[in-house]
Amino acid sequence: MTAPERPRRFLRRRGGDGDAWHAVELARHQDRPYTLDYLARFCDDFVELHGDRAEGDDPAIVAGLGSFRGQTVAFVGHQKGRDLKQRAYRNFGMPRPEGYRKAMRVFELAGRLGFPVVTLIDTPGAYPGVGAEQRGQSGAIARSQLLLMGLNVPVVACVIGEGSSGGALAIGVADRVLMQQHTIYTVISPEGCAAILWKDAGEAKRAATALRPTAPACLALGVIDQIVPEPGGGAHRDHAKAADMLGDAIAAELEFLDTLPPLERRRLRRQKFERMGAFLE
Amino acid sequence: MAKEISVDISRVGTEAGQSETAASRTRNTCPRCDSHYREEEMVANLRVCAHCGYHFPVTARERIVQLTDEGSWNEIARELHSADALEFVDTRPYPERLQAAEQQTGLSDAMLVGSADIGGLPVALAVMDFTFLGGSMGSVVGEKVFRAAELAIERRMPLVTVSASGGARMQEGVLALMQMAKTVAAVDELREAGRPYISVLAHPTTGGVAASFAALGDVVIAEPGALLSFSGPRVVRQTTREDVPDDFGLAESNFRHGHIDLIVPRPELRDMVARLAWLLAGGNPYRRPTLIPDLGAQRAMGRILGGARRRITDMLPDRDGA
Ligand SMILES: [Zn+2]
Repeated sequence: MTAPERPRRFLRRRGGDGDAWHAVELARHQDRPYTLDYLARFCDDFVELHGDRAEGDDPAIVAGLGSFRGQTVAFVGHQKGRDLKQRAYRNFGMPRPEGYRKAMRVFELAGRLGFPVVTLIDTPGAYPGVGAEQRGQSGAIARSQLLLMGLNVPVVACVIGEGSSGGALAIGVADRVLMQQHTIYTVISPEGCAAILWKDAGEAKRAATALRPTAPACLALGVIDQIVPEPGGGAHRDHAKAADMLGDAIAAELEFLDTLPPLERRRLRRQKFERMGAFLE
Repeated sequence: MAKEISVDISRVGTEAGQSETAASRTRNTCPRCDSHYREEEMVANLRVCAHCGYHFPVTARERIVQLTDEGSWNEIARELHSADALEFVDTRPYPERLQAAEQQTGLSDAMLVGSADIGGLPVALAVMDFTFLGGSMGSVVGEKVFRAAELAIERRMPLVTVSASGGARMQEGVLALMQMAKTVAAVDELREAGRPYISVLAHPTTGGVAASFAALGDVVIAEPGALLSFSGPRVVRQTTREDVPDDFGLAESNFRHGHIDLIVPRPELRDMVARLAWLLAGGNPYRRPTLIPDLGAQRAMGRILGGARRRITDMLPDRDGA
């Protein structure tokens, strides 16, 4: 795709610094529903699966099988903790390679048995630790994307909070990518971007504005397919309503994807990502 | 607090404006043993320190000269330029940064792609250039990887990539992030078409490039001492306050942990790529690659030297953007 005129005009029209930073704050709101909150409301039964069958089990990623509106669906999502202890236990939602390998195990299972895959994205990024690197963080993130790219079953991804960096995208390769209204999707956290480009993490608000991480911006840039509305004020105000709205959106996407022949669906998924970007020739 | 943790996979390039002589003194002085070399010696030694074996960085053009058979390089997609869809401004507007990088490097972005022969075997080749905005991956690099993969499939050749990158290009925001998935899609196409892929990792290969196409080679080769990690040591130290080992993320550490197949010193790289391209293509006994005979390091360098020096000189006018 070359020089997208439409997104440009759209992006220019958008308001000032307030917009983006407000989205960042809402996306990180500590009362926002997390993956397990949604799964508890989505599924009339859910069994969490544990372990990557090699190293261990990563609590920053939840994976399992759930009964979702009449069929088995494989769910994979980042998981943050709410109180201090839970936050530490969930490692602030920052996965290690074991988390991505657990996700891959469940993607593969879904592909083999024909279950749709739904992923929920909510992470500040993959964990930047010595051990995580030694156990193959880069390779795990790359291979998880590759596995999703080639799955023969429908895949729907939804950003439900923070979608930051490769740690988010690792489970974000899907036929349809959704973002809830008050979430962000970005190449780097605004703080990280500010620290590098402005040499001052305090410039995070300006960095957030420059990065254009909001759902409307991502839609204009062709990175996502749909914005899922949230209850007034944000998902944290009404978990039940937020889960209904998100559940309805996911169910509608799955119903549509089910009408496509598997090989065609796979081809379209790949093509969708191959067309992303903005360049002149 | 999670919100204060930044996981950066992106870098910006070094600023332009160093004086030529100061730059060349730094560029040609070995940071490990302080040996200094004249530019011709650097070229002749493939930018490997003759004294201690330190591997200096190599630009994309010079890498192509080192790796490919003389006269075989045929560049494609050379007119691709970034479109600045976000109209990104930090301390400078992104288009200004791009323009400065273009003038400084003579390149239009951080990667060159095309076809070439290596030891007589045709390959699709994609080579990154760290001097262009830190080798960061934006829409142009993503598209170039994709076109290189298409070329490999069309002409039934293996794909060879040489990475050197600080990660995704922040100035292209979420579009830069999506280039990871785009290059992964390209690898998926290659695999479906049954074309092999050799990934060479040079110093440094980190962030979004390390965690996308570069990690997915059927064979992954690293240069000695290259930093290969998702997060750089500085970010790891700042975020986790862990003790970071001296060999953190280096090729040698990655090899010990099973993440790469081979560590190959630069003088032997061309032959290793040729042998693998041949084996991965089925090893037809009538189409063996032409290797450099008797790969004693000195002779190998000597053999490459004659052609390389002449050809790099030939390429200079192009570099100035004439
Ligand atoms: Zn040296």
